[in-house]
Amino acid sequence: MSGNDVLLEVDDLKKHFKVNQGWIASLMESFGSGEPDYVHAVDGVSFELREGETLGLAGESGCGKTTTGMSLVKLHDPTAGDIVYDDTRLSEASDAEIKQFRQNAQMIFQDPFESLNPRMTVYDTVAEPLRIHDIRNETARVQRALEFAELLPAEQYFDQYPHELSGGQRQRVAIARALVLDPDFIVADEPVSMLDVSLRAGVLSLLDRMTDEFGLSVVYISHDLSLLRHMCDRLAIMYMGKIVEKGPTDQIIENPQHPYTQALINAVPVPDPAVGRDRVELQGEVGDVIDIPTGCRFKNRCSEYIGDVCDQVVPPLEAKTDFEQDIACHLYDSAEGYDPYQDMTGSPSASETGEEPESTPADD
Amino acid sequence: MAQEEQSSRSIYTDLDDTSSEEEIDKWQRTFRLWRETLQEHWGMLTDELSVKLSMLTVAGFMLIAIFAPFIATHQPLQRQYQGEAGIIIDKWVEPSLLGADTQYLLGTTAEGFDIFSQLIYGTRAALLVGLIAAFFTAGIGTLVGLVAGYYGGKVDDALMRIVDFLYGMPLLPTVIVLVAVLGPDLWNIILALIILQWRSTARVIRSQSLSLRERPFVKAAQVAGAGDWHIISRHLAPNVLPMTFLYGSFGIAWAILAEAGISFIGLGDPNTVSWGTMLQASRAYSALSFGAWWWFVPPGLCIGLLVISGFLIGRGYEEITNPKIQ
Repeated sequence: MSGNDVLLEVDDLKKHFKVNQGWIASLMESFGSGEPDYVHAVDGVSFELREGETLGLAGESGCGKTTTGMSLVKLHDPTAGDIVYDDTRLSEASDAEIKQFRQNAQMIFQDPFESLNPRMTVYDTVAEPLRIHDIRNETARVQRALEFAELLPAEQYFDQYPHELSGGQRQRVAIARALVLDPDFIVADEPVSMLDVSLRAGVLSLLDRMTDEFGLSVVYISHDLSLLRHMCDRLAIMYMGKIVEKGPTDQIIENPQHPYTQALINAVPVPDPAVGRDRVELQGEVGDVIDIPTGCRFKNRCSEYIGDVCDQVVPPLEAKTDFEQDIACHLYDSAEGYDPYQDMTGSPSASETGEEPESTPADD
Repeated sequence: MAQEEQSSRSIYTDLDDTSSEEEIDKWQRTFRLWRETLQEHWGMLTDELSVKLSMLTVAGFMLIAIFAPFIATHQPLQRQYQGEAGIIIDKWVEPSLLGADTQYLLGTTAEGFDIFSQLIYGTRAALLVGLIAAFFTAGIGTLVGLVAGYYGGKVDDALMRIVDFLYGMPLLPTVIVLVAVLGPDLWNIILALIILQWRSTARVIRSQSLSLRERPFVKAAQVAGAGDWHIISRHLAPNVLPMTFLYGSFGIAWAILAEAGISFIGLGDPNTVSWGTMLQASRAYSALSFGAWWWFVPPGLCIGLLVISGFLIGRGYEEITNPKIQ
């Protein structure tokens, strides 16, 4: 760890996607018949990433974790909110600052069969970022990156095409491509979920080594809590575009508080038949991300539903009195004295738009 | 700078910004890889007998077209006279190939033109139309398709509405109007064919690039900071190029056929000889009812041979680009 400097700060990030993008639909809109629908993929996410820290983003499919990751490397322009990198707000950054950011933020994708151009050799794939940023000493850098990714001897891989490589080798090439620019932070989107189980350990230890030797900050995106526990310093659990629980990994895994986190951790199998557990099984499906429900997004599936306050007031992600982690749930008392019952009599429509008190990111 | 602090924890610290000697020459490498890819495709293509024969046929026609002045025995558009009296020949002369005692290998037309020479020079027109029209249709179609597919949104809408409009234009009326306005010239026919032909290439290439731009390797390039043109030229174009070649090779056959059709209905260039104009003249002089089959059979055979060869090559290439057909 190289100190506690915040490298990247995500401030109330929102990304909404418009539904119905056909030109007839947009023509209808301009004549005033019907509002466009939006998918609220990410809806107010705040966290910070310190130098050398690994953060895990977990949640089930469709909870917005991949969209968050893509927004972090500016593959999406956020609908609202901002990302602050190295004291630069990316929404106000100049072209040169964006270029600097592009050089320091890289991404590793889920599917190694799709993330390499089938018509580019390994050498060209890894050298491409260097050419884009006009960095000299191409061959030596490519060779080092491939060697670091344990593709040995590196020269042997230079002229190979992706279809000549195995899944594990491809993911190593993708990792080498991400590392060749010597970045500050990397977003790894389910880096091993498409790999054979036998290859995972090797790639994971490579990722581990990468974090150590480059002093990298890494955001791991995964639905696999046991993997995240192994890799991450801190965890953030997402549900329907919001973080519901955030804190040190051990704290969250050992002592989950949010009902959703409890259900998630309960679903991880324990390799011991003698262990008896109370099963908390989730009922129903993830809610509608187009028509966001009022109040807590988890209320319909929650086993601890405590009545109208859950139905009407959006629980802010905040520090709670008795726990180390931040929790977005009305079950626990706010450390800062926020009383959700005060907001109950207010119009419920205010909570629909999602612009309520939770915008204060708790500092931990 | 934070940049300086970071570099202390890096495997690249000892590398400075000057080029070292072991640097691989980029252009040499790119050239070598291209050559290898082309060799591989060429090998797969010529593996099949029908493709090999078709290529030989096309190569033969190309040689004929290039050396037409040396092969042809007469000027194709010069009336032939018999004897020193300068009498115009009879209605037509039978081919010497069939034993007639004349100097005309395939006989003459009713207008007194040497059929063999016309056939030889007609190869030039056919290949000119086929190659130029196919080159431009594949080129324009690919460029428009890439831009529409990559940018999407309004650009895509605008370009695809143009393509839709062109799909509404029928071949012959369009050619009639163009030829009426610009004059019956071979180049105007080529222009009309290009205008009407790039639409289908554009549509296919657009749909390909629409799906390609969502692939993670394009996203990876964007993360690395690649610009639009970089992504289009390095990531999309190489992946749609086989499709471009495919449409190009089909385009050759289609253009030759279309030019013959246009010439046959009498909209051809009167000053150049093409197989289509030969057929049209033979029909105008009722060669069929007089039994002068040597006038219309050779150009018909040549059109068929060249078009079938073009399609077979395209078909062979299709099997390489789309292994599902095999």
